Amino acid sequence: MQRRIEKLPRKKLTNEEVEFYLFLIPFIGTFFVFNILPVVSSMVLSFFDFDMLSTPTFVGFGNYLRMFVKDQVFSKVVGTTLKFAVIAGPASYILAFLLAWMINEFPRAIRVFLTFIFYVPALVGNAYYIWQIMFSGDSYAYVNNFLISFGFITEPIQWFQDSQYNFTIILIIQLWMSMGTSFLANIAGLQNVNTELYEAGAIDGVRTRWHELWYITMPSMKSILLFSAVMQIQSVFSASTLMQTLAGYPSVSNSVDTLVSYISDIGTVRYEMGYASALSVFLFIIILIVRYLIGGLLNLVGKSDR
Amino acid sequence: MAKHVAQYRRYTRSTAGSIGYFTILILAGLFMVFPLFYCIITSLKPLDELLIFPPKFFVRRPTLTNYTVLPALLGNLQIPVSRYVFNSIFIAIVSTFLTIIAGSMAAFTFSKSKVKGRKILFLIVQVMLLYNGVTLGVPQYLIFTGLDIIDTYWVYILPAIPSAVNCFLMKQFMDVSVPDTLMEAARIDGARVSTMYWRVVMPIMKPAWMTVLLFSFQSMWSVVPGGTIFSEQLKTLPFVMSSITAGGIARAGSSMAVTVILMIPPIAVFLFTQSNVMETMSSSGIKE
Repeated sequence: MQRRIEKLPRKKLTNEEVEFYLFLIPFIGTFFVFNILPVVSSMVLSFFDFDMLSTPTFVGFGNYLRMFVKDQVFSKVVGTTLKFAVIAGPASYILAFLLAWMINEFPRAIRVFLTFIFYVPALVGNAYYIWQIMFSGDSYAYVNNFLISFGFITEPIQWFQDSQYNFTIILIIQLWMSMGTSFLANIAGLQNVNTELYEAGAIDGVRTRWHELWYITMPSMKSILLFSAVMQIQSVFSASTLMQTLAGYPSVSNSVDTLVSYISDIGTVRYEMGYASALSVFLFIIILIVRYLIGGLLNLVGKSDR
Repeated sequence: MAKHVAQYRRYTRSTAGSIGYFTILILAGLFMVFPLFYCIITSLKPLDELLIFPPKFFVRRPTLTNYTVLPALLGNLQIPVSRYVFNSIFIAIVSTFLTIIAGSMAAFTFSKSKVKGRKILFLIVQVMLLYNGVTLGVPQYLIFTGLDIIDTYWVYILPAIPSAVNCFLMKQFMDVSVPDTLMEAARIDGARVSTMYWRVVMPIMKPAWMTVLLFSFQSMWSVVPGGTIFSEQLKTLPFVMSSITAGGIARAGSSMAVTVILMIPPIAVFLFTQSNVMETMSSSGIKE
């Protein structure tokens, strides 16, 4: 039976192939409508003026010109987004790897317990409200009171309304919540590193745990490191709810407004869909560039400069 | 177990290194736990201890008042709180179920078939790992408007189904855990694709879909309606929580009580799926 099917002319699909294609439909169908179509339609709409009511009018590169030349807020918001990504991204990426690496050698029960401890903030979703209470602006709030009683400050600080502090605090909260999928992937990846490699390494002259990490552990889990990087890139570039909830939108002199917040303001509040699409396309491209830069950097893992 | 003890005594370990190692671990652990600890303690404080000046970190007379007043506090909402609870549970369960089914079916084709186009499609899925619902927010809004599903349950559920990361994790797990010989054996027995999927693949894939269950449940449980939901009766539980938190210091106890309650379901799901998650994540790498 099987033989005969294989001998059929190539163009005709076998029943099995047809069934396999049908299996793709639920996922690929929704994937196309909610992931691909949004990307493609914003590429097209970025060349138009569109307010959701009248028919779109073609404006060529007008939206992009407005973005790079005229829009003052845009440059401010991109600056904040990149600054946030450049600090929070590597910090959370390294922390997610370092913590996973540190708990890797504990016996199973302790490892599971520590995994739970580090993963909980990411797991419980909206728990950043806790920070809102801890960092409230009045002197009843725990952090203000603590600092006043030890004489670090004399007046309560409006943490989220002060452009001097809000960025740093939000960065800390992001770090707190970032031990998510990538952290779990790292733990699992480390567990799978072949322990015989460590013994072989010791014979070959690996003497410190840093050498062991760089020459043995990290090269053995390169693909997990890339997955973990992709997850952290996705999360730092989409950070916006955190800022909007804690510091409001727009925040004081746009100090913590990210590109995503700005896009949703232009799009769903002001209905300038053409411009919002151009901004979205810009964001997609930035994320893609960062992803391939990191992919290139990860190829250096395990390389010796001597 | 013995393996770990042996690893511990590896002579790449120095005492100074170990001290630094445990210091970092303890500091990081405290940083992670402290806010949650603070949250639980605050939720147990009676009103006079919340308003005491200067504030104390620890609670002297713990009480459950903040929890017991919740029904009364939530009783004067326009919509009964049970409706928000229902919405959150309904959205989390339905979208989790659908994303597991759709994602695993596609993963099966990506991993075990030779059909044309599967490689390029999977490559696109891998690129989309970079973009989540937030990044795609406004472009998706246009699609919602076009489909006329604004202000319905669909805006929560439909975009959650084609989650790139869910499909990706299940496909990678299948590559490693479902041997091709098993497929071949089922084929010789005359099994159709749907039979292979349901009888052979899904049972082996349990760790993978348990992991997707965790990730999907935890993200959908905390979903807050954005600019696409206007009707009060379609909003979710975390939305109610944010309105309590906005009540200032006098409400701090109750808002922390709600936060504690909202933490319980995802934690329970994690404890339930934990061992499966580790098994799945070990095959999650992206190979280039």
